[in-house]
Amino acid sequence: MINVFKAFVRKEVYHILRDRRTLFILFGVPIAQVMIFGYAITNEFRDASIHVLDHAGDQASMKLVQHLQSSGNIQVEGLIRSESLIEDGFKSGITKLVLVIPEDFSEQLYRGSDMNIQLLADGSDPNNASTLVQYITAMINDFRREEAGFTAGAYQIGVETRMLYNPQLISAYNFIPGTIAFILLMISAMMTSLTIAREKELGTMEILLVSPLNPFLIILGKVTPYALLSFINAILVVVIGYFVFDVPVLGGMTLLLSTCLLYVVTALALGTLISTVSTTQQDAMMRSLMGLMMPSMLLSGFIFPIASMPEVLQIISRVVPATYFIRILKGVMLRGTGFGFVAFEISILALMTALFLFGSYRNFKIRLE
Amino acid sequence: MRTLSFIVQKEFIQIFRNKPILFMMTVLPIIQLIVLASAASNEVKDVRVVIVDMDYSESSRDLVSRINYNDRFIIAAFSKSKAEAEGIMQRDETDLILEIPADFEQKFIRKERPELQILANSINGQQATLGTGYLRSVIGMFNADLTEAVMPGGSYRSGSTRISVRNWYNPELSYSDFMVPGILAELAALLTIVLTAMNVVREREMGTIEQINVTPIKKWELITGKLIPFLCVGLVLLSVGLLVGRLVFQIQYQGSLILMFGYAILNLVAVLGLGLLISNFADTQQQAIFVAFFFVLVFILMCGLFTPIESMPTWAQYFTIPNPLAHIISVSRKILLKGSGLSDIKMEIIYTFGLAVTFNSLAIYTYKKQT
Repeated sequence: MINVFKAFVRKEVYHILRDRRTLFILFGVPIAQVMIFGYAITNEFRDASIHVLDHAGDQASMKLVQHLQSSGNIQVEGLIRSESLIEDGFKSGITKLVLVIPEDFSEQLYRGSDMNIQLLADGSDPNNASTLVQYITAMINDFRREEAGFTAGAYQIGVETRMLYNPQLISAYNFIPGTIAFILLMISAMMTSLTIAREKELGTMEILLVSPLNPFLIILGKVTPYALLSFINAILVVVIGYFVFDVPVLGGMTLLLSTCLLYVVTALALGTLISTVSTTQQDAMMRSLMGLMMPSMLLSGFIFPIASMPEVLQIISRVVPATYFIRILKGVMLRGTGFGFVAFEISILALMTALFLFGSYRNFKIRLE
Repeated sequence: MRTLSFIVQKEFIQIFRNKPILFMMTVLPIIQLIVLASAASNEVKDVRVVIVDMDYSESSRDLVSRINYNDRFIIAAFSKSKAEAEGIMQRDETDLILEIPADFEQKFIRKERPELQILANSINGQQATLGTGYLRSVIGMFNADLTEAVMPGGSYRSGSTRISVRNWYNPELSYSDFMVPGILAELAALLTIVLTAMNVVREREMGTIEQINVTPIKKWELITGKLIPFLCVGLVLLSVGLLVGRLVFQIQYQGSLILMFGYAILNLVAVLGLGLLISNFADTQQQAIFVAFFFVLVFILMCGLFTPIESMPTWAQYFTIPNPLAHIISVSRKILLKGSGLSDIKMEIIYTFGLAVTFNSLAIYTYKKQT
């Protein structure tokens, strides 16, 4: 029996190794993802370009503009002459914010009367608009304080802030766990569902089923190489995280690897479940892409924080396995928590896995239709 | 022309015959649109705080109640010691810890500058920075009011500076207004690229491509015939999605829908060309899916949908030029939300046109009738 099984696994390994392009992609995806997250994209705003509508046009207003530019984060793209030109900049997307300085600005500034400054932001990007407005408001207040020569009063409360777990605010800390979850799911669930659906589509599944091999050994033989492959990939991501972005593994390595293993089984069970209900590769692909990959990426707290989602989605996020896995990874890798702290998440994952396995066992047809 | 219409007809029959795929092509993306548009938000709300109040004076209670009444914060627990509070953070049950030292009020009255300490879970750096920022501003207000109470006129109040803010196009700063056009464009592109990438290769895997190859169908006819049906699918998806955005998310579209659809056709042609190109180079459907998946992933991450393109380093910004998704997202936001006109999107049109021509001529060129 064990020899037959070995032979079957070998066949599957040949399938994988033969297809160089897919193999290349399987390793390319995690590397590309980590590199893009690490180097190319960020949520912080940089070099935001603003326009100034300067009704005053005197030394005081020039000073304010200079003050804004001195931070390095804001680029004053230019001065506009009249109200009617504001909209052009927004529509073509060149400017994100227009600062309107009133005519009697210097009077307001030095006489200490009320100061009226208008900020017009391009609200079509709410995130950018509100951060930019907050930032510029703070800078204008700073400027006024400096100009008024105000010094801190006697009654001061000091606030000391300490960032725990990620003192340098490296963004890799946040995305490495998510990427691991994503990669394991892509290979173990999506690939497995596709490869089983492929045998069905090509008709070779029927040949396998009439062979003396136990049907469950067939499935086991099919998924084993993918489990191995995804495991190697997960370790690759941890290694890249560690060496390139200094993302530590504070908790126990055994705990980390065994939870990875658990999640691999969860993903394999999901993949098998998908393949039992789909007849063609296209079908399997659509199901795993739309029903599995997208929710796992977007509702698991990988890209968007769960706390800021609407109530309904927070509930949905609780049935996404990746949510729990990412929580475990963050705990074990970054906060160095032990088994006791993540026992709840682990048992939920185990329960889900059992459910998926049972589901695919029930759905798996060993007879021809 | 007649040959072309037959190929188109054949493709449509194949699409409509496959009920599960049809369902996933129409209903699923719309569900996705609704879900994603509500999920995708970077707002920081409901920041959880653990209070370690060792002073327990009137002032410290005042500060705590200010935090409690602030919409942004949820007090997760009151803790007796810092160690206990850190345990709560370790379990990920809080985002911030505020520690008020025992002699807080005393020191304040004696002008000795008492120190509050904020500890933040900064695994998500952006969240941590914004969360501590909000807490600091609550403390700042508290400080000013407290000073005012002890010594009237002794504090600097920023109240005399009035900064009025108006957010154009989206005065309420609604997140879904921003996300819906982008997600819609992304879904249409994603779906069409994957479906076309699998299409030709499926015929190859099934062996039906050889039957087509022995007919007098010309290469461009086959490619165009494959392109048109999926273009229709993409456009139907776009129309339904726009309707959902209008009805479910109550978005007022500002610009011309004709311009939007015109540009969408151009963009989808470019995307479809890429899909067909991938299809030509793949031997199996599995391969096609993963190659397409790779491109789609890189495209989505770098298209400006979730993170602004302007924040990328300059070298990375150049990589968005060959990315059709980046253009359609920028265009859909401009037209639908800001009512931009033809001249505002001319750069995107030029780039997309270039991409469409490149991808499609390569797809026709690399398609081999001989096997």
